[in-house]
Amino acid sequence: MARLETHGLCKSFGENMVCRNINLTVNDGEMVCLIGASGSGKSTLLRCLNLLEPIDDGVILLDGEDISTPGLDPQPIRQRIGIVFQSFNLFPHMTAAKNVMLAPWRIHGRRHVDLQGEIAALFERFGLADRMEHYPDQLSGGQQQRVAIVRALAMRPEIMLFDEITSALDPELVGEVLDVLRQLRAEGMTMILATHEMGFARELADKICFLDAGAIVETGPPERLFSNPTEARTRDFLARVI
Amino acid sequence: MAVFAAIMVLVPLAPGWPAVKKSFFNSEIFVQVFPGLLNAFLLDVAIFAWSAPLIFSLGLLVALARDVRAPAAYPLRLFAILYTDIFRGVPVILVVYLVGFGIPGLGLPRPWNSPYIWGTVALVLTYAAYVAEVFRTGIEGIHQSQRAAALSLGLSNSDTMRFVILPQAIRKVVPANMNLFIALQKDVALLSFIGPVEIFRQAGVYKSLLANFTPYVGAALIFLAITIPATRYADFLLSKQMRARS
Repeated sequence: MARLETHGLCKSFGENMVCRNINLTVNDGEMVCLIGASGSGKSTLLRCLNLLEPIDDGVILLDGEDISTPGLDPQPIRQRIGIVFQSFNLFPHMTAAKNVMLAPWRIHGRRHVDLQGEIAALFERFGLADRMEHYPDQLSGGQQQRVAIVRALAMRPEIMLFDEITSALDPELVGEVLDVLRQLRAEGMTMILATHEMGFARELADKICFLDAGAIVETGPPERLFSNPTEARTRDFLARVI
Repeated sequence: MAVFAAIMVLVPLAPGWPAVKKSFFNSEIFVQVFPGLLNAFLLDVAIFAWSAPLIFSLGLLVALARDVRAPAAYPLRLFAILYTDIFRGVPVILVVYLVGFGIPGLGLPRPWNSPYIWGTVALVLTYAAYVAEVFRTGIEGIHQSQRAAALSLGLSNSDTMRFVILPQAIRKVVPANMNLFIALQKDVALLSFIGPVEIFRQAGVYKSLLANFTPYVGAALIFLAITIPATRYADFLLSKQMRARS
């Protein structure tokens, strides 16, 4: 069943058209990977799905409901669709635990004492049990990114978006973050990733979308798309990155 | 240092020095008026003490009003912009005169014609405009990604401002605000023109009484005793912040 769909999604920044007529379907429990060169529109597409950017044309459907109507309150939608950014974006003036607890506290009105156990379990699950009281600048990049993932998960989103979350990490720290994604995958989370990790995408994705100049050029299961791309542009891109 | 030494040596050689020394640096008069000056300075401190929180709050409100993005709130934004433009563009002394003499001139009953009230209002209006600008730079200095991260979790605009943007912004502009409040401490003396007998006015009274300018030098020293340490402290905070960022 389709959880998230876009039909004819278009987004421009001034003259620059960043997303062109995007048609994307993400089914329940699926992991979809967006690949493509920098500037191909992957990040903007994810930001549109999370309603951080208003779209110019087309629709976004969440469980069949249009969430892209202008004037719609974006807050409840954003609570259902979590996003993790390339640059972590933790709140530097709060401890890791406070970073995670802020949204559940403010939105669900849950007090810190009631949240403590649940949050601790989340930290534990992602190997961060001893990092709860650390400030972001006391954590490694990999730890910060895992905290950012925990922060998004604490709102119990139905869908998670990941925007090149390993691109800003030192190579030796990429693994620990990818492991978190594997774990989420195993738990059946519906996910959309913008990624440059081709090996990872090939190993785990249900579906790969190759984007170029703001448009989805080709979509397919990883085995087919990686070994036998039909479009010349996809072949060129894969030849350059693999 | 050399310049300072030269002044120390050369100034006393000037033909008018004995007269200047007698009327500006008269130690007997200094000792005589100092306690009175110090006492009058307490009024400056008091005016500062009740003005500062008002300035902080109004400045913050105006900065927030300028940041509101909803189109419906455009008049509010416009008002905030006009306010900061006007009050940053007019000399403090003019605002003190206009508010301090003008409003009580409306014939308000006591105690609403008090120069303390309207003098304070003049200072608050002027300084809040500067403080608002400082807060605004602080708010704008917080990277957009922080706002995006907070909103993406489903937080409201006001919660994003209150819990994510403002705590970082306020911390960032502490040194800049310190400098403004040091300037405020000095400008409290301007209220003397509309009545309150604070240190500058008191020094003027002593000057007329004793036909000597030494009380003004005494007043200057008292101001310096406060402002120099405060300035050093602001510099210290600033350099600490610079180090933390690098």
